[in-house]
Amino acid sequence: MSKIKYLLMSFLMLMFFLITKAQDKVEMADTMRSNGRIYVVVAVLVVILTGLFLYLVRLDRKISRLEKENK
Amino acid sequence: MRKTWWKILCVIFLFYTFIGGLLLDVPRLSGLQETVRNLYFHVPMWFALMITLTISVIYAIIYLNTNNLKHDIYSRQFAAMGIIFGLLGYATGAIWMSYTWADPNNPGTSFSLIAREPKLIGAAIAMLIYFAYLILRDSIPDMDKKARVSAVYNIFAFALLFPTLWIIPRILPSLHPGGSEGNPALDFKAADNRLRMVFYPAVIGWTLLGVWIATLKIRLQLLKEKSLLL
Repeated sequence: MSKIKYLLMSFLMLMFFLITKAQDKVEMADTMRSNGRIYVVVAVLVVILTGLFLYLVRLDRKISRLEKENK
Repeated sequence: MRKTWWKILCVIFLFYTFIGGLLLDVPRLSGLQETVRNLYFHVPMWFALMITLTISVIYAIIYLNTNNLKHDIYSRQFAAMGIIFGLLGYATGAIWMSYTWADPNNPGTSFSLIAREPKLIGAAIAMLIYFAYLILRDSIPDMDKKARVSAVYNIFAFALLFPTLWIIPRILPSLHPGGSEGNPALDFKAADNRLRMVFYPAVIGWTLLGVWIATLKIRLQLLKEKSLLL
């Protein structure tokens, strides 16, 4: 009898532990990572950043040319 | 293109910030959740602001010593860059806080709490002081007087950054991380190594981008004012 009680108690303890553990878990965008959709976002950001840098480099070159002409 | 090595560094660090910042692992913090990644974008704005405005005040002092208008142009363009970083930092902070600080069940009261944030008011005052710098400059037609008055004002404005951005937010209670204990910009004890790995390159990358754009504007301005400069 005491053995059953002991088992029941330990089972309850385990349940409590699992419940508190589940509450500790912070919700993150795990689905977006697991299905790889996050790479779509990264790809878009990289394209925008590349475009901006290309523009900046062209601007820099243009100003360098102007400086040369004005010397 | 001039002095390309740090420009390449800027490109590499910013690509790393965007790719690593979105893909690398971050600590799971309740309340912040995935928005902790904003640390790589919002906080570097303020770091870049401090650095560009420091460069600006240094050129203002150099101008007062040398009276060479070239240094006035440097000072003006770096100040403008700092103001842009300030506006971006303020706007990004406004978005971030409205999703992490406000209580969605009680929007009315939580907004009044947010509006009383010393950090926001301080940053707003700092920005207004720098707006006044631009207005003051443009209101003086005489070139030398404009340069001298705005250089002196620049020193005053820079001195006021410290109480508004660094001292008052440390004294008053705030929802902003860091707040009353420690660094107002970043809670260094809570910042984990995974965050630092992207955060520091992000700060350098964003600052270099600001310096790059500012130098382009300076070079254009120098070409424009060529006849006035010696």
